[in-house]
Amino acid sequence: MSAIAARRRTLPGFGLTMGLTLSWLSVIILIPLAGLFLKSLELSPEQFWAILSSRRTLNALRVSFGLAFAAACVNLVMGSIIVWALVRYRFPGRRLFDAIVDVPFALPTAVAGVALTALFAEKGWLGAPLAALGIKVAFTPVGIFVAMIFIGIPFVVRTVQPVLQDLDPEIEEAAGSLGASRWQTIIRVILPSLGPALLTGLALAFARAVGEYGSVIFIAGNLPNVSEIAPLLIVIRLSEFRYADATAIAVVMLVVSFVTIFAVNRLQRWAQSRIPAR
Amino acid sequence: MTIEVRNLVKQFGSFKALDGVDLKVDNGELLALLGPSGSGKTTLLRIIAGLDWPDSGEVFFNGEDALAQGARERNVGFVFQHYALFRHMTVFENVAFGLRVQPRASRKDEATIRARVKELLDLVQLDWLADRYPSQLSGGQRQRIALARALAIEPRILLLDEPFGALDAKVRKELRRWLRSLHHEINVTSIFVTHDQEEALEVANRVVVMDKGRIEQIGSPDDVYESPATAFVHGFIGESIELPVQVEGDVIRLGDRPLNLAADGLAPGASKLFVRRHDMLVGPPGSGAFEGAVQHVRNFGPVQRAEVALSGGETIEIDAPRDRELRAGDTIGLEPRRYRIFAG
Repeated sequence: MSAIAARRRTLPGFGLTMGLTLSWLSVIILIPLAGLFLKSLELSPEQFWAILSSRRTLNALRVSFGLAFAAACVNLVMGSIIVWALVRYRFPGRRLFDAIVDVPFALPTAVAGVALTALFAEKGWLGAPLAALGIKVAFTPVGIFVAMIFIGIPFVVRTVQPVLQDLDPEIEEAAGSLGASRWQTIIRVILPSLGPALLTGLALAFARAVGEYGSVIFIAGNLPNVSEIAPLLIVIRLSEFRYADATAIAVVMLVVSFVTIFAVNRLQRWAQSRIPAR
Repeated sequence: MTIEVRNLVKQFGSFKALDGVDLKVDNGELLALLGPSGSGKTTLLRIIAGLDWPDSGEVFFNGEDALAQGARERNVGFVFQHYALFRHMTVFENVAFGLRVQPRASRKDEATIRARVKELLDLVQLDWLADRYPSQLSGGQRQRIALARALAIEPRILLLDEPFGALDAKVRKELRRWLRSLHHEINVTSIFVTHDQEEALEVANRVVVMDKGRIEQIGSPDDVYESPATAFVHGFIGESIELPVQVEGDVIRLGDRPLNLAADGLAPGASKLFVRRHDMLVGPPGSGAFEGAVQHVRNFGPVQRAEVALSGGETIEIDAPRDRELRAGDTIGLEPRRYRIFAG
């Protein structure tokens, strides 16, 4: 044992960096999460269940997760199309569009919320024509959906873009010369090659949308049971000093996030085992 | 399947990739398109495959207009330099791809597809790799799988773009021989692009030499080597000595020194004289058309390569048999056994 320990490593500093990594991750991530779980343990299982199964909580979770998933799906489709255009074609303003994709990353979410609300309000530029069609966006769940699409789009684009850039156009030509239609080429060749990246993009956009607070609360209208998102309900419970209620909802969100992350990890590993790296 | 190409022109920006190319390929031929990079050979191949479109000109397969069809309808097998295998599919599925994407009406059943893929993998001698992924294969294996994949659709024409360009020298030589025997076996009209003259001369029935978007010469490997039609072909194929000469009436001059060579039928003016290195015969001083001093001698197996400073001022390299040892400092006479003079 001592002989092994005494053996010099080629890269020095393992002990130091490993120690820093573990303590930093503990302080920043693990301890707060553990605290959250501990706090929720103050509740008896019956109380915990009562909080979660209350109509308002269930509706808030449904709004958050349901709309986030729907928004992530829209982002997956639109993001893929945007990536395709940005990577495969040369057109004037391409660099500008490429930069614009990052705006939702950089914009303070409150600013985004105010801007979207102004735009989609009943007298706004987009809100007015939509209202004429009988579609209300601001202060309804549709508004939440719009805000979630807005903040999620860069995640899909930036995840898929490098992978598509790496994909040699020759394989599309090969598929074509083997008799595949354009559609068959997309379904059988391009999408499977992009699969893991698309999945990661979807998961990231979903996770971001579930956690989004700033931009959503401006446009949502925040009607309990209708357009109230789970993070907002947590804030409301905190301001009412119902800490246990707040942590119970938080724990559920945390668990769902973990499950999502693990599922994506698993899927990616499975996909990668089928496509070994070059 | 015969292929005919008429007056093909293709321009990329200000670069003329093809500048009026005419070519006829006979049924069952194995044709090489040989030329330096930028000569337009790959562009020509891609246009025949339907992966590129000419600015003007015509392409016919068996007399039918091929430009009316896309790559998909032409039923052409295309092999890419970098294989272009589908990374997420096994070798088996790669080869089966062309069969699986056929229109439902003509699609074979699973058992037939399996049998066909097995047969192709046997043909390229890689049946034991069926379940691997392309990333697990060597370059030579990948290229053979790419070939099997292209053959799966029973192509009317097989096109190969620098098929061995990405492989190392030894594998390349093996695959060359293998390709020739494979062609003998399946006898599909085939065109392959290469910049390697040895490859073209060894594998092809006929060689098309291209330069700057034009065809310089079409002929058998012997033709293009033994009787190059242009200065470019002479310089590009085989190792040549190139000397700037002046034709004046019936005298040929190198610098101000008249050479004792026949000038019949040559246009007067500045010209280029080409001689193969091994066609320069060494004799005693004053015996040949040229005279020069030996600078260096290096021995390469059966020949000695000598650098000779001609009295006209030029320095050339010759390959001489080793029966007569040359030494640096010797003055020798040189007589070209065979030579060609091109105007320009």
